[in-house]
Amino acid sequence: MIELTGVEKRHGEALAVAVASWRAGTGEAWLLAGPSGSGKSTVLHLIAALTQPTRGRIVVANRDLATLGTSERDRWRGRTIGLVPQRLHLIGAVSVADNLRLAQRLAGTERDDARIRALLEAVQVADLAHRLPGELSQGQAQRVAIARAVVNRPAVLLADEPTASLDDEHAAVALELLRAQAIESGATLVVASHDARVKPLLPHAFVLPAHEHPRRSAA
Amino acid sequence: MTLSGLAFAYARRRPFATALVVALAAIGIAIATLTLIVAHELEGRMSDDANGIDLVVGAKGSPLQLVLAGVYHADVPPGNIPYASLAALRANPKVASAIPLALGDSVRGFRIVGTEPALVDHYGATLAAGAMFDAPMHAVIGSDVARATGLAVGSAFAGTHGLAEGGGEHEAAPYEVAGVLAPTGRVVDRLVLTPVESVWDVHEAHHREAGGTTAAGAKGNGASHGQPQNGRAKPGNGSATPGNAGPKDGGADARHADDDRELTMILVRYASPIAAASLPREINQSSALVAASPAYETARLFTVFGVGLDLVRAFAAILVGASVLLLFVALAQALEERRYDLAILRALGARRRDLVWVLMAESVSLAAAGAVLGLALGHLAAATIGSWLPAAAPLAAAAWRPVPAEGGVFVLAIAGGILAACWPAWRASRLDVAATLADA
Repeated sequence: MIELTGVEKRHGEALAVAVASWRAGTGEAWLLAGPSGSGKSTVLHLIAALTQPTRGRIVVANRDLATLGTSERDRWRGRTIGLVPQRLHLIGAVSVADNLRLAQRLAGTERDDARIRALLEAVQVADLAHRLPGELSQGQAQRVAIARAVVNRPAVLLADEPTASLDDEHAAVALELLRAQAIESGATLVVASHDARVKPLLPHAFVLPAHEHPRRSAA
Repeated sequence: MTLSGLAFAYARRRPFATALVVALAAIGIAIATLTLIVAHELEGRMSDDANGIDLVVGAKGSPLQLVLAGVYHADVPPGNIPYASLAALRANPKVASAIPLALGDSVRGFRIVGTEPALVDHYGATLAAGAMFDAPMHAVIGSDVARATGLAVGSAFAGTHGLAEGGGEHEAAPYEVAGVLAPTGRVVDRLVLTPVESVWDVHEAHHREAGGTTAAGAKGNGASHGQPQNGRAKPGNGSATPGNAGPKDGGADARHADDDRELTMILVRYASPIAAASLPREINQSSALVAASPAYETARLFTVFGVGLDLVRAFAAILVGASVLLLFVALAQALEERRYDLAILRALGARRRDLVWVLMAESVSLAAAGAVLGLALGHLAAATIGSWLPAAAPLAAAAWRPVPAEGGVFVLAIAGGILAACWPAWRASRLDVAATLADA
């Protein structure tokens, strides 16, 4: 469950994003839409507690994020949030499997190699487990990034522009994977995208209004 | 996959920078280690060699030269002293023991020392083969001498003038090896010990061959060789043993002859600690002799050595400092390259201190690798130098013994690694994760 109420994020005087009210229920799949620069990524970062709202209240998986201390927030994020960032960044110094092990380690969960094997098989990259990320194709890297995001069975799965650099076929596969893994984990899925191909594939949508950057808030 | 494992993985992914940092640190630490081993060995050896010798009494001249010649056998003595000085010292209640030394000749670079069996006891040496010398021209040789020259019990050899090889040989007066000492790790390993009479007799014969006058009448000639003189009318008659206060035959001529005999120096041990306050002054003021304290002169010598060693250590410190700087630059550069990695790690749940740990672990592991490699190289260098240079042979035996200060070197290297990582780690901990991810 995700609930944003009266949330604003400002950088100095400039308004990055404003959400009056939005609620996404447990297990639902949402499209977070809006034109470029509307603050889609910022909303994802607010939900993941990677940044703090200037005002407003955010509740994720029944936790009011304002009540979490800095260190507690990090550990909570590792266990609760799965993030597929816009740039499909895997840690290049370690193998595919170690990328997933690292996610388990940082979340403070038990090492579970069986879970990692099962996930890599589910996203069809099991044979690449010992490869370094630099040896993977874009599509393979995206699958690994999705597997890494769900390895800790997060309550919330966030994906930032997951289809931005993919052709139609790969975009559909990526979205299907995200949905399947969210369902398997029982996670609320939020996909931030301005890609028109995504909208028909997700049942719910929340659209952020366009605003000029930087924009001063109304007095 | 642990955070330390991630740090090692980062180091492995930059092999050139990693190798450069480790190599530079290792070279600096190797030089520092080598100086530590050399200084430790030198101090240990000098301390061991001087142990149990409170004073060296010899001819007027440099006290340092007296100690170098009489204790370490590394210099020529300043001159000779009357044999009667030995009896005078032995009669002094402040003296526990006095061992005579008559120096001047050598065999293949190893010094021949005219002395008494008491010197062997003083060094705690035992015979590995043969017997103790008990007659003139009999010799007991140290273990290094036996190994280097191939001399063994029953071998004969001739001494040569001076300490260096190639001096004129006393072929007419050959020595016979009576015994070989077991290794002691002390200066006696490099000495050839013989009764004082041997030294007198060799030069008596030498002067006769050279057509000189009798030794008693040719003191100046003998002194020009720096050899102790025998004033006996009949050289080699064995009527006077240096261990005695005077001649045992009691004859007036013999007593007169003993008065003209010479030694090079006398090693003295105090009867009590109180003697240290008065005996050196008593000797220096009331006779033509000089009393030099090995402890004091060695300390003075080390202030001179110390400057040289400090210079080498400073050079090593510069190398280690450069490696710390290089490590800092490498980490700072890596920090820029890994900004997105670090942001992803935070997104995956890493706390600020986790990122600090990753950078610290990488830096410290490189510093530790440099330290371990450097320490090993330092010991290897000591062993190599010890096996290549005969003059540094004792280093070979000491090369693989740990020096106490090495722990300090290792700790300093680790501290350098931590220092190098401080600023990059602080920057990593302050990373704006959302802004970094948004910049992608």
